[in-house]
Amino acid sequence: MKTGIAPRLLWSTVAWLVALIFFFPVLWMWLEALKTEPQAASSPPTILFTPTLQEFQEVLSFDFPPFFVNSAFASIASTLLVLVLGLPAAYALAIKPVKKARDVLFFFISTRFLPFAASLVPLYLLARDLQLLDNIFALVIIYTTINLPLGVWLLRSFLLEIPTDLFEAARVDGAGFLSELRRVVVPLIAPGIAATSLICLIFSWNEFFYAVNFTSSVAATSPIFLVSFISGRGLFYAKLSAAATLATLPVLMAGWFAQKQLIRGLTMGAVK
Amino acid sequence: MPAASVSRREAWLRRLPLLPALVYVVLVTQIPFLMTIYYSFFSWNLLRPGSFRFTGLDNYAALLADESVRTAVLNTVVLTVCAVAISVVLGLGIAVLLNQEVFGRGILRTLIIGPFLVMPTAAALIWKDTLLNPLFGLFAYLLTPFGLGRTDLVNQFPMATIVAIEVWRWTPFMMLIVLAGLQSQNLEVLEAARVDGAGALQSFRRITLPFIRPFVELGALLGSIFIVQTFDSIFMMTQGGPGEATTNIPFLLYLVAFQGFSIGQACAIGVVAVILTMIVASLALRTLFSIFQVERR
Repeated sequence: MKTGIAPRLLWSTVAWLVALIFFFPVLWMWLEALKTEPQAASSPPTILFTPTLQEFQEVLSFDFPPFFVNSAFASIASTLLVLVLGLPAAYALAIKPVKKARDVLFFFISTRFLPFAASLVPLYLLARDLQLLDNIFALVIIYTTINLPLGVWLLRSFLLEIPTDLFEAARVDGAGFLSELRRVVVPLIAPGIAATSLICLIFSWNEFFYAVNFTSSVAATSPIFLVSFISGRGLFYAKLSAAATLATLPVLMAGWFAQKQLIRGLTMGAVK
Repeated sequence: MPAASVSRREAWLRRLPLLPALVYVVLVTQIPFLMTIYYSFFSWNLLRPGSFRFTGLDNYAALLADESVRTAVLNTVVLTVCAVAISVVLGLGIAVLLNQEVFGRGILRTLIIGPFLVMPTAAALIWKDTLLNPLFGLFAYLLTPFGLGRTDLVNQFPMATIVAIEVWRWTPFMMLIVLAGLQSQNLEVLEAARVDGAGALQSFRRITLPFIRPFVELGALLGSIFIVQTFDSIFMMTQGGPGEATTNIPFLLYLVAFQGFSIGQACAIGVVAVILTMIVASLALRTLFSIFQVERR
């Protein structure tokens, strides 16, 4: 269908307006981060200014890096665990399905929908008794739990797309389960692994509830830094914005560069 | 290979790859949930050692009688229903808009998904301090000509503020799902309808809308499951207040468990939350399974 130039211009204008409204808070965060403290809190707001990286330096030289490292460790370690546990499980649900594969799948995905209220208190007591409070491995375990059902579901949907013949061929060649996994499955579902990892990374990087209740200082992640930041030092908009910009950057970048995987992951594989 | 000929050994070989994940999930979700149910029959406060005592259904009776529990349930329903409804409608509208031949569609989509990707904690801080602060925020300045400058929006309209921020965050999510649905639509059908003399509005209502309906439903249900759990923005912006105006079930649970350390009470809230969530979740699962037609292989 061809659209005339006039309606096209009209729709484009509306679309750009909407997009800018939605994006504005993010843009404003970036602008504030590049200002000096007095400029960031001025009224009327400072629109024209010489950008400075001073506040970024300040945040980085202060105590942000350990929080950032904790976030990275918890996200990456839990994502790897999801892949290690999820890939074989997805295989058993898609390629050589076990009996009642549908029920097992239903069970997995239903645990993603359990509210954290379901298991919060016992997990907290357990972490306390095992000396795992304020230990980054407690967050790794919890983030793996949050992401595993989604991981199994997504990986399964990717595995289903592999033509069965390929497995037959590998089996005729006498390949065992492990070499079948390595030679056939992994290369073919590399995009699926990417999509799954992306979703897991986003959810665990941005997670706050467990982080705030299960960690305090040693194992605290970037959102906790932001919280301690406001309670610790009053209103410093430029510094606050610089810290927020740094904390949000990895997921923003990952999501933007892998939009296709993001969409597939968010729709739980419904959209190819 | 017919199922009957699969030997017992073969069946176990098939189950083997599944077991680690299954055991993990059972250990970390199911067993704690059973413990949640168990503890919910006890009166137990961590701040009072030795207070562990069986009290039967007392915790549940206390929940029913507690005014703040009712407020929290109501707040949760209001927040979820408003945020989901508004973000579905906006997301649908924007998806239809981006599905037109607009200039720079890729950049537009990139900009719009920004709010969904930004860490909720960071977003809440930026909203609260640099945008909505009554003295130094940008909105105070922009609203001054309308006589609304210096209005403390967060304090005066706490629930509306939280809803607005959740809508800002979840509209891109809904948009992505609906847009993906729109783009998988067969254009030839629309073209045929146009040749048959159907107007744009008519073919949208008769053909496009029924086609994307499952995607809208999926977005709404997944959105509900996530928004019911809203905690970050409430913690950062209002701390459940003023009073109990924005205390939802997750925030109440946080207060009872981690401020009051009433384990029994918190567990009773947990059990009720699970029952309420399962109603929505079972609908979500049915939609999900119908989109996928799960027994494909």
